[in-house]
Amino acid sequence: MTGNYSREDMSLVVKTASRLTAGIILIFGLHIILHGHLAPGGGFAGGVIIALAFVNLLIAFGKETRLSRISENVASKLETVGAVMFLAVALLGFFGGTFFMNVMTKGEAFNLFSAGTIPLSNISIGLKVGVGLFAIFLALVILERSRK
Amino acid sequence: MKALNMIPLFVIVPLAAAFLNSLFGRYMRRFAEVMTVVSSGLMLGLSVYARILLESAPDKILVYKLGGWAPPFGICMVLDGFSGLMLVVVNLVAFFVAVYSVGYMEKYTDKPKFFILFSLMVCGMNGVAMTGDMFNLFVFLEVASVASYALVAFGTGEEELEASFKYAVMGSVASSFIFMGIALLYSFTSTLNMADMARVLSYRHSVWVVPFAGVLFLAGFSLKAALIPFHAWLPDAHSSAPASISAMLSGVLIKTLGIYSLTRILFNVIGAGQGYLKALMFFGVISIIIAGMLALRQSDFKRLLAYSSISQIGYIILGISLGTPLGVFGGLFHLFNHSVMKSLLFLNAGAMDYSTGTRDLKEAGGLDKLMPLTSKTNLIASMSISGIPPFSGFFSKLIIIAACVQSGHFGYALCAIIGSVFTLSALMKARKLAFLGEIKDRMRGVKDASFTMKISMVCLAVMCAAGGLMLLPPFRFFIETASGVLLKGTSYANIVMKAVLR
Amino acid sequence: MTLYFLCFILFSIGLYGVLRKRNIVKIIMGIAIMSYSVNLFFVLLGYKFRGRAPIDAHDQGIVNMVDPIPQALVMTSIVIGLAVMALLIAISIRLYEKYGTLDITKIRRLKG
Repeated sequence: MTGNYSREDMSLVVKTASRLTAGIILIFGLHIILHGHLAPGGGFAGGVIIALAFVNLLIAFGKETRLSRISENVASKLETVGAVMFLAVALLGFFGGTFFMNVMTKGEAFNLFSAGTIPLSNISIGLKVGVGLFAIFLALVILERSRK
Repeated sequence: MKALNMIPLFVIVPLAAAFLNSLFGRYMRRFAEVMTVVSSGLMLGLSVYARILLESAPDKILVYKLGGWAPPFGICMVLDGFSGLMLVVVNLVAFFVAVYSVGYMEKYTDKPKFFILFSLMVCGMNGVAMTGDMFNLFVFLEVASVASYALVAFGTGEEELEASFKYAVMGSVASSFIFMGIALLYSFTSTLNMADMARVLSYRHSVWVVPFAGVLFLAGFSLKAALIPFHAWLPDAHSSAPASISAMLSGVLIKTLGIYSLTRILFNVIGAGQGYLKALMFFGVISIIIAGMLALRQSDFKRLLAYSSISQIGYIILGISLGTPLGVFGGLFHLFNHSVMKSLLFLNAGAMDYSTGTRDLKEAGGLDKLMPLTSKTNLIASMSISGIPPFSGFFSKLIIIAACVQSGHFGYALCAIIGSVFTLSALMKARKLAFLGEIKDRMRGVKDASFTMKISMVCLAVMCAAGGLMLLPPFRFFIETASGVLLKGTSYANIVMKAVLR
Repeated sequence: MTLYFLCFILFSIGLYGVLRKRNIVKIIMGIAIMSYSVNLFFVLLGYKFRGRAPIDAHDQGIVNMVDPIPQALVMTSIVIGLAVMALLIAISIRLYEKYGTLDITKIRRLKG
């Protein structure tokens, strides 16, 4: 179970702390994504924070136990869903007028449900970046060692 | 559908093809290939149609405002003669290479990922050709570059990885230079739109900011275009990549990311002063001579073709940087011809690699009898690229040399002729070693290439042979409009701004 | 003005790393330093004297803000830098497996 090198596990403090804070980090990332049109942040920054929640778990528990519930195939598919959502939001504008145009109602300023299609773009970018970064990390870590 | 609404389709369709490939490519067996071939065929038809529709547009320009926001606050996409030429070139080569890859990529694992990256690269190149905004140019440039870094390393053998690492490091350095140039220009003109920037630069003169940005652009884009002395990544990358990717890289990527962007910014935004043009002419001429000489001593077929690419890019840069109407026409005509010819040559090398398993010229021999179609198309492409009448390469090189003589640079014209002799001898060496001669023992059981590979090679050869027809009056508008766009210089911005208001 | 010169010095430090270092990881770090220095340069260009952060709020009007465009562009550039970095690291991991060394002077199979 230890592979071809012996290494100590992460200590109990690290494991417990990362398990307890993973949910909080996820919610914080979601908050940054959803308020992207009101406060600094937006899709990319929130997506990175979401990815770091999963990466935290992976680093603390090691790649064998797979505590995170997303495997490589699911991550790859979710990432593409995020990309397709973003293209769909842009195409909404294309069929309504010009490409990328804002076709939903822009509510009053400073509300959460305002600014047309920008929150939708933020959510799809957040999904793509979050899952995508985690998939990159998985691909770099779970590389099969080839024979030399 | 109005011509105006077709413009963003050039970016949407390859992007949608890539994303749909990524979702479904693993479930249905032939999905990735069919989707890519269909989307690139659609793009080819659309680009030819848009170019023909452009002739009837007022001022021969169409401007599409993204999101409905008018420049200088919004991003616009501009379809004019030069963009139309680049679009047709890119989509033409992309379609035939996609058809070729259906047969060629059988030797590699994980085909769907190849077609995803291929579509993304085509999307990036289309975006570079269409955009009218400086930072948007940088974004699409990076999309196409990163896709090409990954594609060069596709086989994950030792040579491919080393070549891809060198290419990626040098490309990133060049992109940083370009980004710093964009930052400097933004700080001086406080706008990002190309036409608006040209207008501001025409009445505000700067002491050191704009020349510094111009030199940064010269360095960055020359590295993407692989002029000597910035060429060091090209032989490794083009020889180790899979053959279809070598054809795309050498045929369209270095022309779109390097030559198109450089000339667009230099002629239409900053204003081509004599200093820039003299420097570019010098780079072009030493590329012709040095790369021509270096091509002679290669024994790897694709490495020889890569050095010959650098030499021909020198011709294109020499023609365009002369600045006279004849020179720019010759340079752009050679751009069109060379894309077709060099792609065909790389596809031939790929067919040889696919059937015999080696790229080394000294090991192959007598393939003329074993692979007749490959050999005949190779003959057509070699004669065309060396400038033998009546193939297309002869006319474009003749125009470039005539333009050199016309502006009084007799030494450069002599160098161009010598370079042509080098090209002829290098390609004849390749042909003699690979195709003519005795059949070696290990080559006995070799068959010709598969069906899709043969189709694309034949089509490209037909276009190679018929390329000289571009000079006839019914077709001359294709390149003449493009050279007109470049020659108008910074006053072109007024035409763009007028078209925005329409 | 001294801030811009410091950005150029940072850029040349990154360029020195790319050109002179022999370890692949140090070359990659040089590229990272170069891209971060250009991003920093671009953000610093947008500074207006005594400007505040470009965030619209209920009570404050749209006066006296620093330029928001470089900030949006630098956001995009950071993402691009991330993608290039991820690709370079993946290539270098595979290079280490194939060649057994991270020394760039020993990885020279392609010559001529």
